[in-house]
Amino acid sequence: MEGDKGGAGKKRWPSLAGNRLDKHLPGKVEAERILLAAVVSVSHEIFQHKEYPEGKFTLLRDTRTDGSFLVHHFLSFYLRAGCKVCFVALLQSFSHYSIVAQKLGVSLAAAKERGQLVFLEGLKSCLDLVFGEEEQPGQPSPLQFLSGSTSDLRALFEFVRVSLAPSAGDSWKGPVLLVDDLSVLLSLGAAPVAVLDFIHYCRVSVCCQLKGNIVVLVHSNEDSEDEENELLVNSLCHHSDLILWAEGLATGFCKDVHGQIKISKRLSLRQAGEQDLVQIYQYKIQDRNVTFFARGLSAAVL
Amino acid sequence: MYSYFILHFVLFPGGGVAVGTLLLIEEDKYGLYSNLLFKYFLAEGIVCGHDLFVASAKEHPDKILKELPAPLLDDTYGKELGDEAAAKSEDSQDSMKIAWRYQNLPKMEASPTTYTKFGHYYDVSKKMSPELCQSVKWHSFYLHEELSFEPKLKAWSMNSGYARLLQSIQKIISQEGFDGSDPQKKQRNVLRIGIQSLGSILWGDGVCCSDNPEDPHSLTKFLYVLRGLLRKSLSACIITVPAHLIQNKAIMERVTNLSDMVVGLESFIGSERETNPLYKDYHGLVHVHQIPRLNSLICDVSDTKDLAFRLKRKLFTIEILKNKWTPTKHSPLEVPGIAMMWIFTSHKTITAAFASRLVRHSEPCEQTGSGRIRQTAELRMWRHGHRQEAPGLLVIST
Repeated sequence: MEGDKGGAGKKRWPSLAGNRLDKHLPGKVEAERILLAAVVSVSHEIFQHKEYPEGKFTLLRDTRTDGSFLVHHFLSFYLRAGCKVCFVALLQSFSHYSIVAQKLGVSLAAAKERGQLVFLEGLKSCLDLVFGEEEQPGQPSPLQFLSGSTSDLRALFEFVRVSLAPSAGDSWKGPVLLVDDLSVLLSLGAAPVAVLDFIHYCRVSVCCQLKGNIVVLVHSNEDSEDEENELLVNSLCHHSDLILWAEGLATGFCKDVHGQIKISKRLSLRQAGEQDLVQIYQYKIQDRNVTFFARGLSAAVL
Repeated sequence: MYSYFILHFVLFPGGGVAVGTLLLIEEDKYGLYSNLLFKYFLAEGIVCGHDLFVASAKEHPDKILKELPAPLLDDTYGKELGDEAAAKSEDSQDSMKIAWRYQNLPKMEASPTTYTKFGHYYDVSKKMSPELCQSVKWHSFYLHEELSFEPKLKAWSMNSGYARLLQSIQKIISQEGFDGSDPQKKQRNVLRIGIQSLGSILWGDGVCCSDNPEDPHSLTKFLYVLRGLLRKSLSACIITVPAHLIQNKAIMERVTNLSDMVVGLESFIGSERETNPLYKDYHGLVHVHQIPRLNSLICDVSDTKDLAFRLKRKLFTIEILKNKWTPTKHSPLEVPGIAMMWIFTSHKTITAAFASRLVRHSEPCEQTGSGRIRQTAELRMWRHGHRQEAPGLLVIST
């Protein structure tokens, strides 16, 4: 159906017949420009932390996929920015993070040596606790709750507090606490309330007193029967300033689009009457970086 | 006629289990095929000259080791599959790092009885010869024998069977130098650990008995400590778990998160799929629930496909499920989403997922009627204007 045949003032509606469709789609070059712009702006938005005042709590969550690429990103980002980082790495060994960080251009071993990074390797700490010698009374293991002697995560909090406490010779920028991942604590026998208490104490200490940032990863599944985990995740969502939710595609695996990420800036938390800002992008993970793009604008499609 | 047991390399990207990692197998209903995979893992260890550690609460490890399949010396079948597998393992090795090369030991050995291709083939109808079994050092842990010894355990608040097992594994790792603690040992070997039916009632764990077990954390704590031991030593571990008996699904979710690679076996014995024409060539399905993401931002997701296993006259293989009713232009692998659909999505979402995916990726077909894809209870496919029904596979009643 052609547009109007009437006067010049009337609008012409574009025809949607098949042979006219190409006119209304962006040409290839223009599409690439749109894509690049989308990629650049998204990276800025997600990772431009200088825009944010300090003292923020960022929650990373993943569903149907592995969101650990976000953890690797934040780790290398904060180290490059010159912040003092306390990384509570519960799931993988030091060498795993080290090798990936190398690909992203940061050396964890060097950062540890110059005192910028305090690394708690959960697996190693657990082995020391379980198979090691009797511990000194003054230095309890951070994962002491495993032995069942206490049910709270106070020792872990003390470890974090001491690591990030400013010392005389330090010239680092704001402290950062990074946790990968919190759901493991539930598997190890900690009650959800104990984990929430731990996070609360960390927020008071790191975000409020030291004006630092906290980034925490949790797993969640849709239709999950793990009620404790769902409780933990929901509770954390309510208190987060920024939520990055990586989800596998609902339609299944795709080679070119590994998943979608939903970014929620919880403006309503700080300012009454403000609306949360939610953006959704899709991403593809490569060997050394991750590309983000607007939905439907994957490079494979353009 | 004997049957051969060949592990097809589409199952394990790169062709093996990486050193330092844990492979968890969710047992099929009668434990038949998971037991076969378990024995295969151990047999491969013997042929490669690795040390073994076998733990069970069900059968005595001595008995398990006597029943391992014999390696195939005649490789008429092996050759074709072997070349294919070697080519495949060449490409996908990039994602694995140095430590995993230990699994390549057979490639490097120069002795005449080993093979130049990766991996070995086994004949399940023949037992491995006792001489070959004795050629490696092996350690056993049979729970009911260990219980008689006085435990030297700290208060771990873990099931005592698991605690004893952990202590035993840690002792072997440190005594035999698998953790690199003995600098004088130049010839470093790999320890293959196999644990049978973890989580079953025989281990003293109540997770298979009720929805609300007394101690829901023992199993996950055990896996976490084991993960720590594996990461710091030259060992690889296979565990079979009777997942179909564990009633509390939350525990299985946590167990999956704590393992590196999780594979579920579903046999068709006694189920309605036995008579389903789509599955007439197969004996069961292989579900890959998790693949390892080691030392890299990405994992080798592209290698996961729908897999099924079958026991033919001469071959036992795990292979890609071939669909007779997808459009001929696209194999199931080329249509993104179909492969994972069967494995990950629940039945409720299958209709919508399948219909939308097909529309996006198939050639534009002529459609008669309204042209809308109706989301009905049964799956329909549009092809040249005619509807074709999936042969009874995904009939969903709403």
